Amino acid sequence: MMKITITKEDFDRIYAYALSQLPDEACGLVAGTDQEDGTKEIRKVYLLTNTDHTNEHFSIDPREQLQAVRDMRAEGLIPLGNWHSHPETPSRPSEEDKRLANDRNATYLILSLQERDKPVLNAFHIETVSGEKQVRKEELVIL
Amino acid sequence: MKIVVAGETKEVADNLTVAALIEQEQVETPQYVTVSVNEEFVESSLFENRVLQDGDEVEFLYFMGGGR
Repeated sequence: MMKITITKEDFDRIYAYALSQLPDEACGLVAGTDQEDGTKEIRKVYLLTNTDHTNEHFSIDPREQLQAVRDMRAEGLIPLGNWHSHPETPSRPSEEDKRLANDRNATYLILSLQERDKPVLNAFHIETVSGEKQVRKEELVIL
Repeated sequence: MKIVVAGETKEVADNLTVAALIEQEQVETPQYVTVSVNEEFVESSLFENRVLQDGDEVEFLYFMGGGR
């Protein structure tokens, strides 16, 4: 199982931002490093604008995405994936999440706020195999 | 001519189009990729016609979205 780590501080930043964006879905990117043993280490999270501004869908603002990618490069980090919140549903990829997951190198983090004071964050790998989207849960460790 | 692709300087043929660069770079699932040249986004309908210039900075960004 692929392993990915995030600090408690970054987790708290995502959680606080997602709460601040309610009732809309919130979204952003994660960047960091790839360790020799295959572990992905998140070192920076980006809190970006959901241009859809709804509780049912998200699209990351491409201009902010571009700036984030440049920032990652400047800091010697690599893009590791993205994150978004599910204000009312569990922490698992929806059919729409799977349909729009087109980067097989990315980790997709989903933060469920179904229970507002009990956030659930999970990480997934989503890949198209023989025309079908396959989802694999990754081991997420909050440091 | 030289252009910068995702932060990396590359020597490419003169008059290379965005569409040809996408092919040359073997960009996966190009239908979901947004392209910026010098921080300006290029409409996908213009990929075939947009000719790159020496010194251009190109980025490929995957559209990132989803839903409940």
